[in-house]
Amino acid sequence: MTVWVEGFLVVLVLTNLWLLGSSRLLSCIAAVSVQGVLMGLLPLVIRIDAPLWRLLLQAGASLGLKGIIFPILLLRAVRSVDARREVEPLVGYSASLLIGVVLLVVSLYTGLRLPIPGGATPVLLVPAALFTALTGLFVIVGRRSAIVQALAYLAMENGIAAFGMALAEQEPLLVEMGTLLDAFVAVFVMGITIFHINREFDHIDSERLSSLKDTPQ
Amino acid sequence: MGTAGISVLQLALSLVLAPLVPGIANRVKAVVAGRRGQPLLQAYHDIAKLLLKGSVYSRTTTWVFRAGPALGCAAAMVALAVLPWGADASLLSFEGDLILFAGLFGLMRFLTILSALDTGSAFEGMGASREAWFSALAEPALLLALASLAGKAQSLSLAAVLAGPGIGGGRGAAVLLAAGAVFIVFLSENARIPVDDPATHLELTMIHEVMVLDHSGVDLAYIQYGSTLKLWALGGLIVGILRPRTGQWMADCAIGLGGMLCVGIATGALESFIARLRLARVPQLLVAGGAMAALALALSLVR
Amino acid sequence: MILILVLLPACAAVSAYLIHSDRVRRVLLVSVSAAHAALVCWLWIDPAWFPPLGAWLAVDALGQVFLGITSLLFLAVSLSAVSFLKRESGTTRADPEEGFLFDNTPEALFTACLLGFLSTMTLVTTSQHFGLLWVAIEGTTLASAPLIHYHRHHRSLEATWKYLLVCSVGIAFALLGTYFLAASIPAGGLTSMTLSSLVANASRLDTRWLKAGFLLLLVGYGTKMGLAPMHTWLPDAHSEAPSVVSALLSGALLNCAFLAILRILSVTAAAGLGQFGRHTILVFGLVSMAVAAGLIIGQPDYKRMLAYSSVEHMGILAVGVGLGGLGDWAALFHAVNHSLIKASLFLLAGNILAVYGTKRIADVRGALRAVPVTAALWVAGFFAILGAPPFGAFASELAILRAAVESGSWAVVVVFSLLLAAVFAGMITVLVRTAQGAQSVERAPEPALSLVAPLSLLAASAALGIFIPGFLDRALWRAVMLLGV
Repeated sequence: MTVWVEGFLVVLVLTNLWLLGSSRLLSCIAAVSVQGVLMGLLPLVIRIDAPLWRLLLQAGASLGLKGIIFPILLLRAVRSVDARREVEPLVGYSASLLIGVVLLVVSLYTGLRLPIPGGATPVLLVPAALFTALTGLFVIVGRRSAIVQALAYLAMENGIAAFGMALAEQEPLLVEMGTLLDAFVAVFVMGITIFHINREFDHIDSERLSSLKDTPQ
Repeated sequence: MGTAGISVLQLALSLVLAPLVPGIANRVKAVVAGRRGQPLLQAYHDIAKLLLKGSVYSRTTTWVFRAGPALGCAAAMVALAVLPWGADASLLSFEGDLILFAGLFGLMRFLTILSALDTGSAFEGMGASREAWFSALAEPALLLALASLAGKAQSLSLAAVLAGPGIGGGRGAAVLLAAGAVFIVFLSENARIPVDDPATHLELTMIHEVMVLDHSGVDLAYIQYGSTLKLWALGGLIVGILRPRTGQWMADCAIGLGGMLCVGIATGALESFIARLRLARVPQLLVAGGAMAALALALSLVR
Repeated sequence: MILILVLLPACAAVSAYLIHSDRVRRVLLVSVSAAHAALVCWLWIDPAWFPPLGAWLAVDALGQVFLGITSLLFLAVSLSAVSFLKRESGTTRADPEEGFLFDNTPEALFTACLLGFLSTMTLVTTSQHFGLLWVAIEGTTLASAPLIHYHRHHRSLEATWKYLLVCSVGIAFALLGTYFLAASIPAGGLTSMTLSSLVANASRLDTRWLKAGFLLLLVGYGTKMGLAPMHTWLPDAHSEAPSVVSALLSGALLNCAFLAILRILSVTAAAGLGQFGRHTILVFGLVSMAVAAGLIIGQPDYKRMLAYSSVEHMGILAVGVGLGGLGDWAALFHAVNHSLIKASLFLLAGNILAVYGTKRIADVRGALRAVPVTAALWVAGFFAILGAPPFGAFASELAILRAAVESGSWAVVVVFSLLLAAVFAGMITVLVRTAQGAQSVERAPEPALSLVAPLSLLAASAALGIFIPGFLDRALWRAVMLLGV
């Protein structure tokens, strides 16, 4: 694994730590956008075995979607919601960072032990992918702001897609495009729902969305 | 010159040049702000002036208050003797001196905190508790970063740890991360922005300065000198992590001096462009540094 | 031709969004669903007219069964949807529980999403490639989310957000599982991710990756299916969505997720891990039944109760598949019956809600006097869902018990029967309270259009309970063959 690939993957891991530790909404959006850009460039960096036009198409679509369109959509949602106020998270930021370190150790441990078929993948790719997915999952659970949850869902998808790239050989173009399209529509629908939530409730604190429950009789 | 001679020369250079670095930082800040600023040698003038003054001691203090500053300065000097700077080995290098290095700063902190508590003043107690809290978060970052470098060098001696090829070698990412983590510790330990504003005069916002409010005269001189030594030591650590190594002791010395100049400029630039963090956010920064150090450690263990 | 099955509703969805006239749109909805149903009937009669499209789209025996039930259900629901839209569209009404005023989603968007939903569900049933299957199931989530948010108020919004987030996270797990499945394929490019290819080369798959992938896919698609403990979105979504949407969700969407799990089970069974797979599914099934039974007893809201009943029946399906052999057949037959009965129950619940204006069981009394025909169907539907003869669910649940006895799993027999009894106790009290007694509202008119669908669905289930037509039986057994041992 060359120095560039390793550095690239380390930056990917750092964006996750960035997402875990940032309290400001714009900072979270920036973290996930940078991650999206990295994801777009990842197939080119780890040099997947595929024709160049396909790699460029994939990279371009991914970059455009994850690095540009998603942040724009979410920024629009933020502005319409005017959610600059911080919503206190369920798990504090320092605690999140510490748990992030634990997750990192876990991903490194598991990732390095999973035998990937074909020997050409960089050693750090699977741990980085697992860490990104786990970070996304943890942030969904640990934060209350609906926009941050949508961002964390994106991060989770990024991680899983990165893992898919580690098994690069048989991912047909159609499925790649389908996955991207799904991610796009998901973010779109989530953005609209967040807009509605804010209009309805005047907040985007998903912890307070709790009127539907089974109360004991 | 023999190795011991070189080490003595380096130690002497460090002891003499240490107060220059805050001067450089202040000059950079002034230039960026469009002022002329203090003279570069202002720190020397301040220390000299204080050495000539007498000390005033409060009746509530004990011998701890009097002993603290001198012992702290001594600890800083020993730390400088341990740090290899410029050439391969320092005066006091031995296997495991890494821990001693970190421990000496702990000792210095401990003495400062004790002196602060000894005065019985509310402000100083507040400063002491903040100092204790932040250094509790910063120490793991420092130790993890040093551990990651030690892991690669397979040795617990600072000389071996800092003798690596720096960024130029194949393990660039781990080195950069470790250097980043140590830089955050550097900012925290030396009360630099974004952790603490050295130019503030409001006691409630101080962390370090408030602990030494009651010292005066020779004691204050020791404290100020000791803090410049600490700045030099931690800055030297960063430079040592990042620098490439030639074999030549004169070239290495020159590179080391250049590195310290860069550290001074960087500190000044950072202070000019970044605002100080809210006190509640400082732990986040330190934990982030710790996370970076943990990542560096993990990276260095992977291969 | 298969492509027409998928694209017809999709194109209709786009047109529905663009058409301005409500009448034309409703005619489009019904005619497209009728056309789709006709095409599916043709498929059943003469499959040769629907050849596979490459290796990715094909209708095999399993897909045929689920496609049939989906299409039939959609036709019935679209008829009810027309009367629902006539009543609700464009109005601003007061919420019965909390009294605030709310709007409804524009009808164009609603109809478009309905048709899109049908299109993605068709894609799920005809997909042979695991990657495409994933895309299709995620598509169903995204198409159905706006449907849940039809009544624009805070409760339905909360339900929609939970649905979106929980199902998306679940589907993300399923994506990881799909990648794990891909990782289990040995290098060399001879095996692709299509079902037939995987089953044929199953002996060469790496069992560690396959096991992990199976578990992830089970958890991920199990979230969409409503297996406990991933079922948390189900009660909220079903109770807040309009009844026509709940009918589709319970009757068709859960089945599609079940189909996805069956697909991965075929691969796992072919690779020799059949017992491991089936045991895991069995455990999930029993847990789902237990959770549902616990939350049905004492449930104050009848739509939520029906939702938990769906969780319970998904558990029954899982138990059937977990037992294998006759259990497989029973599970498929039960899937068909459950869809028919649950859809009709939800449609009837919608009628009752329209008349009584409340979802609380305590406030619905004397239905047999207020809305006699609806209430008669309501009583029949309850008995049907609880497994009483002559409805089909009786035969399927009995077959599952028989399969459990034959395989010697006495623990399963006991737990299964106890849980069924518990659910019976919980639901029958509700039935007695709502149907009988002095009526709490005035006698209301019951438009025929709103009764056609529930009546025909229940009648179909009753007919199936008495006599299983040959073609259906053969189709079910052919589907069972695909599941392996």
